[in-house]
Amino acid sequence: MLKIFSFASGRLPLKMQNRKQHKEQNKQHAIERRALRVERNVKHSVKRNLTRKNSGVLGVSVMLEGLMAKLKSFLFAWMFPCIIFCVWLVIAHFEWIPSQILPAPSLVASTFTDLWASGELQGHIGISLQRVMSGFGVGALTGLLLGTAMGLSPTLKDYVYPIFKLYSQVPMLGWLPLLIMLVGIDEALKIILISKGAFVPVTLNTYKGLQGVPSIYIEVARVYRFTKWQLLKKVVFPSALPPIWMGLRHGLTHAWLALVAVELLASSEGLGFLMVYGRQLYQLDVVLVAVVIVGGIGLIFDKLLSVAETYLLRWRHDAF
Amino acid sequence: MEHFRTFSGSLILSFIKRDWRGAVLPLLFILVWAGITAQGWVNTKLIVPPVNVVKVAYQTLTHADFYVGLSISLWRDGVGFLIGGVAGIVLGALMGVSRWANRIVGPTFHTLKHISLFAWLPLISTWMGQGDVAKIIFIALSAFYPVALGTLEGVQRIAKAQVEVAKVYAFNRTQFFFKLVLPAASPQILAGLHLGLIAAWLATIGSEYLLAKSGLGIGDTVIKGKAAFNVELIIVGVLVIGLVGTVLNRLASSVEHQLLHWRNG
Repeated sequence: MLKIFSFASGRLPLKMQNRKQHKEQNKQHAIERRALRVERNVKHSVKRNLTRKNSGVLGVSVMLEGLMAKLKSFLFAWMFPCIIFCVWLVIAHFEWIPSQILPAPSLVASTFTDLWASGELQGHIGISLQRVMSGFGVGALTGLLLGTAMGLSPTLKDYVYPIFKLYSQVPMLGWLPLLIMLVGIDEALKIILISKGAFVPVTLNTYKGLQGVPSIYIEVARVYRFTKWQLLKKVVFPSALPPIWMGLRHGLTHAWLALVAVELLASSEGLGFLMVYGRQLYQLDVVLVAVVIVGGIGLIFDKLLSVAETYLLRWRHDAF
Repeated sequence: MEHFRTFSGSLILSFIKRDWRGAVLPLLFILVWAGITAQGWVNTKLIVPPVNVVKVAYQTLTHADFYVGLSISLWRDGVGFLIGGVAGIVLGALMGVSRWANRIVGPTFHTLKHISLFAWLPLISTWMGQGDVAKIIFIALSAFYPVALGTLEGVQRIAKAQVEVAKVYAFNRTQFFFKLVLPAASPQILAGLHLGLIAAWLATIGSEYLLAKSGLGIGDTVIKGKAAFNVELIIVGVLVIGLVGTVLNRLASSVEHQLLHWRNG
């Protein structure tokens, strides 16, 4: 095989042979260059770490570097939204799309200030927040109770878990028509649906968190002859806190999701209603204002919970 | 024959040995339900006897319309999930691999994911109408976020050493994507797809409730039942929705298990 190959290549015109060699060489070089680059990267990062750790003189410049990096990432983050916004601005300015379908940014802004000044917007936000809080409160509390009970008592878990699983697998909207029949379309319906959204992830995560407590911890606690209460308070719950907190976070997100859905379907006030109202009158500026606020509140919820998480779980970082 | 006998024997044995304690509560529930409706302690128009539900279920399930509706819903669910899943994997991988993409698109993505899914519906329905296109876009959007998040997480977890090896071997882009990124991130991607599948089914039902004008899906059956004050039909519909959700969930779990077999074996 090799012989044939060399024979064949020997028959090639000189120019072509050269080119082929050249190509091979290029490939080789590319590989070497890549390897070099990788090496350099590693060296660079090592060096940077060293200067960071050892040199106090360079501290200021390092800080400056960090500030620049922050500024850079800030600018990058805003690049994409700015482009979208500019496109929107241009489209609205030349009226390529009718304003009933895509209202101008200025119109959305003025609608926002109008709604805010009249106090209407605050009213809707307040009602939505109140609903989500009471729904989340009910759902999270029952979820914590059931999850803890199932996590601590295997017998109870054997009885309850299958039906809980069944219940959680019907999407929350699946229950809606049935619930409307049973409890009507008043506040009770909203609270039940929102609490279902929070209940499922909280229960599941609490149960899994308590299950996942390493048995070594419990053995150590046994060795120290902890009472049952001490065991729960000092070992089991702190160890299960991260997944439980995760469940609460998911629960709040789901509760917010459920709130918007249920307000879209059956409500005469609140942010979801504002959307339906704007949609029916073809006032998309109102819809967009509501969408932005829904997103903003969701973002604030998540930020608050993540801040609380770092605070609550700060003891965990000491280990590393 | 011998084989079959032992097989059926083990089947029966496992059936008997199964933990039946989980069935106690549902059975109790049904008994109480049947009891209070039979005694007439409640308004039986609102809380219908379970026997009627079984009757209506039989009528519905033997009717071809039901299967047409179910397959239409499943078709929308599948198409939306496919679009959303592929888009999610592509964007998630892109954000994970390229620092530029992550810097530019990442913050916007992480902000937009907080907009409650259903908040998009009024906008989508204005722009796309109430037909299949709007529904599929909504379903795709609902599947997109969990898949993109899962993929991003998976790609970010790929060890640096692996990437360096791929670089030394001079992988080109396709090789890099299909031989390194996808397999290494597959557990998280599959977990994301699993979540996406559940979200897509929720969105399928939601879109049929909220964009219902002339739909034929399973959600519309329920809405029809509500309009006609047919509580039995609603209960049957809810049960079918739950059953489909369970089946999809099981399917996703077993596919996940199968596909990740190479990691454990």
